[in-house]
Amino acid sequence: MTWIFENWDRFWEVTEVHLRLSVVPVLIGFVLSIPLGWVASRSATARAILFPLANILFTIPSIALIVITPVLLGVKILDEINVIVPLVIYTVALMVRAVADALSAVPGHVTAAANAMGFRPVRRFLTVDFPLALPVTIAGLRVATVSNISMVSVGALVGLGGYGQLFTEGYQTDNSAKVFAGLIGTVVLAALADGLLLLIGRVLTPWARAGR
Amino acid sequence: MGGWLFDPAHWSGPTGIPVRLLEHLGYTLLTLLIAAVIAVPLGAFVGHTGKGGFVIVGLSNVLRALPTTAVLILVVLWAGLGDFPVYVALVLLAIPPIMAGTYAGIRAVDPVTVDAARGVGMRESGVLLNVEIPNALPLIFGGFRGAALQVVATATIAAYTGAGGLGRFVFDGLALQEFGQMLAGAVLVALLAVLVDLGFAGLQRLTVSPGLRPVGTGGKK
Repeated sequence: MTWIFENWDRFWEVTEVHLRLSVVPVLIGFVLSIPLGWVASRSATARAILFPLANILFTIPSIALIVITPVLLGVKILDEINVIVPLVIYTVALMVRAVADALSAVPGHVTAAANAMGFRPVRRFLTVDFPLALPVTIAGLRVATVSNISMVSVGALVGLGGYGQLFTEGYQTDNSAKVFAGLIGTVVLAALADGLLLLIGRVLTPWARAGR
Repeated sequence: MGGWLFDPAHWSGPTGIPVRLLEHLGYTLLTLLIAAVIAVPLGAFVGHTGKGGFVIVGLSNVLRALPTTAVLILVVLWAGLGDFPVYVALVLLAIPPIMAGTYAGIRAVDPVTVDAARGVGMRESGVLLNVEIPNALPLIFGGFRGAALQVVATATIAAYTGAGGLGRFVFDGLALQEFGQMLAGAVLVALLAVLVDLGFAGLQRLTVSPGLRPVGTGGKK
């Protein structure tokens, strides 16, 4: 723990990188998974393609995806995009299912009532279906965020930034305090992000706690 | 890019693909066995008694956020190189899904069934071993398959600290700037993950009572 306070500037620097490398993919992946999840919730054919595909993408180890991405995209191995693209893929793979399940669970009589009141599809999705799907969606987002924060460290094995740098440097210099500092940072960051999402979920869905 | 993978020279010898594949499989299976010995009794106890559910959830969340790379490196710095640090890191990774699957499976058994088992005079141990666990098997298998996927994928990292397994190809390829070798390692890990999952699916079909097969999958509702 003392390593963190003695090297606060360095610790803060890797924290910033780590946060950027884990939050950006979650945001991009989340935005991409909404239309995909919507399609999967409406069409059995889309489900039959998207769900097995998501499972297969999930089996590719993160270190493998991180080393393959630069070859596929034609960028340098030290480009941050090599962590962002794999994490976007994992986030989408996880969130498509969560969004689809959440939208499928919206009660039929509620959507029927919205239709009867003259809601057009887009407005119905934005003001009825999506808000009602939020609790399950946010539960999925919490899992995706925590696993992303933990996975960013893998990028350091090929030389990228974040807490993982403390792991590799600590390993090379036989400095376990440094490794431990990165471990604490990861766990604390994951807990904070998880708590924040839980809070956002509560604020956005006040009806979920009504009548208890 | 497939040239490296299909070169016969890479399919023999002590550092060939079959040896690395078996090492990787060995890490995976022994890890799952150790994790099962720890996680199944814990999950079963908490599921059966209903006490301490929050401990399971809390422990799972903390372990899930734990970066495996850091655990591996810390144990290497503390205990030296070898297979021991690999197992510590991978077992910690495999415990949460197995424990959560066992716990959720036993909690999800119909209370009427459990009540009937007590009603016909079964002891508590009989209720757990002969009624709750067999009924919970589908979710327990779900936990094992999730853990297996993660362990196969993450065992790749073991090679960073000089251990064996398919990760050797990824890290050696990286060091030599041989993308063909890295790609071959990545493809083999993904293939192994699919094979291990198929193996568990087969085992699940053999051991889970036909009465517990999900209804309505494959047919129209």
